[in-house]
Amino acid sequence: MSLKKASLINANSTWQEVTLAGEIYEPSTSLLFNTGEWRVNKPITDWNKCTQCLLCVPYCPDSSIPVKDGKRLEFDYFHCKGCGICAAVCPVNAITMIKED
Amino acid sequence: MAKKDKMSGNEAVANAMRQIEPDVMAAFPITPSTEIPQYFSKFIADGIVGTEFVAVESEHSAMSACMGASAAGARAVTATSSAGLAYMFEMLYVVASSSLPVVMAVVNRALSAPININNDHSDSMGARDTGWIQIYAETNQEVYDNYIQAFYIAEACRLPVMVCQDGFITSHGVSNIELLEDSEVKDFVGEYMPDEYLLKSENPLAVGPFGVSSYYMEIKRKQAQAMKDSMPVIEEAAEKYAALSGRKYSFFEEYKMDDAEVALLIIGSSAGTAKASVDLLRSEGKKVGLIKLRVFRPFPRESLAKAMCKVKAVAIMDKAESFSNSGGPMFSEARNSLYDLPNKPYAINYIYGLGGRDITVEHFCEIYKDLFVIYDSNDPGDVYRYMGVRDSRFK
Repeated sequence: MSLKKASLINANSTWQEVTLAGEIYEPSTSLLFNTGEWRVNKPITDWNKCTQCLLCVPYCPDSSIPVKDGKRLEFDYFHCKGCGICAAVCPVNAITMIKED
Repeated sequence: MAKKDKMSGNEAVANAMRQIEPDVMAAFPITPSTEIPQYFSKFIADGIVGTEFVAVESEHSAMSACMGASAAGARAVTATSSAGLAYMFEMLYVVASSSLPVVMAVVNRALSAPININNDHSDSMGARDTGWIQIYAETNQEVYDNYIQAFYIAEACRLPVMVCQDGFITSHGVSNIELLEDSEVKDFVGEYMPDEYLLKSENPLAVGPFGVSSYYMEIKRKQAQAMKDSMPVIEEAAEKYAALSGRKYSFFEEYKMDDAEVALLIIGSSAGTAKASVDLLRSEGKKVGLIKLRVFRPFPRESLAKAMCKVKAVAIMDKAESFSNSGGPMFSEARNSLYDLPNKPYAINYIYGLGGRDITVEHFCEIYKDLFVIYDSNDPGDVYRYMGVRDSRFK
């Protein structure tokens, strides 16, 4: 029987359980998908250098730099694909890319 | 109360369409299917139907517009032929794989090159693995009947359907036809009410998502199941339609097969000519029969094999080359279906009728004669043959 809730469908679901044509019946389901595991290089923030200018935030193509009360938080490593754009645009070199473990 | 009339196959489709009144038609003209959108847009212009006609710039766009309309929740239709169908190819897969019940009238025409506007089945046979149900017609009446049943099947199975007819032969040939009442057709197809659709604002839906390798194969397997599961629905549609019209349909029709010793397997309008040769040979006491395949997708593997096993030699007729070095598309599949059976008939292939090449009663009589040679000699000879082609070796 086909499961309709995206959070119930995973890489172990059988063909009977996945939805017809892969249809998705709810919004924001990409949040459930770990694109972080595609990462080769990982961005690390030096919080002593970071000025909270927030330039990295709009540049991030994966919306993986959360902001709260006008300040950026730690990277969302579940979704960050490690493209390195944040490190390239940071005006104070507060972000460095290191090899993923 | 049925109404008798006379019309071409294209008119029959346009009239069925008028009776069904789909929400959207997106189409681009191409011979010999052009008349379908032409007649139908007159019904729209005259205010007879409220269908939205999308005049697109190509067939790729026609199928794309049908996809969008269907995903949004509309009943969407189109019509095409030959190069037009080929141009839709990418979208044929997308529509079928998205489980959208689009209904398309295909008026079969040869593919280029050389350029040719006449009938053969190379266009729809080329699209046989796109995931569409394919129903073929012998007569104008069957075109009309198949077209109406297609909506019932498509929407119950959530699969798109091609309703195929032979270009110029049925599409432009005028013959007597019995139309159902408009209200009977409307009741038969019902109102299209999908469970989920893009315009259902209370429930966001994503159609055609990205399917990574950990999901793609399960989704494809489910699609293959939908095609399997369409078989009882096709039967059910035929039964309900028979109750309404008195005309019975199935996956294939058996013509004088009960005591037949040899038979033909054929698709489309040429079955009519072949039946005339069956009658002629029967009058001479020869036990010949014919199977006319109506539904090519899903392929009725088991029942068709059983029917072919009634005879000792069967000629499988392909109005399309597949350049495979092992025969046409119907030959490959029909012969394959016989493999597991203990008492299988000899099965040989004839490629015929390409680009509108005539096939006559005499040609079919010759094929039956060939089959009796196999019957008597127990030697199938070359199984991949042509009928109606000029050949220096046989001059």
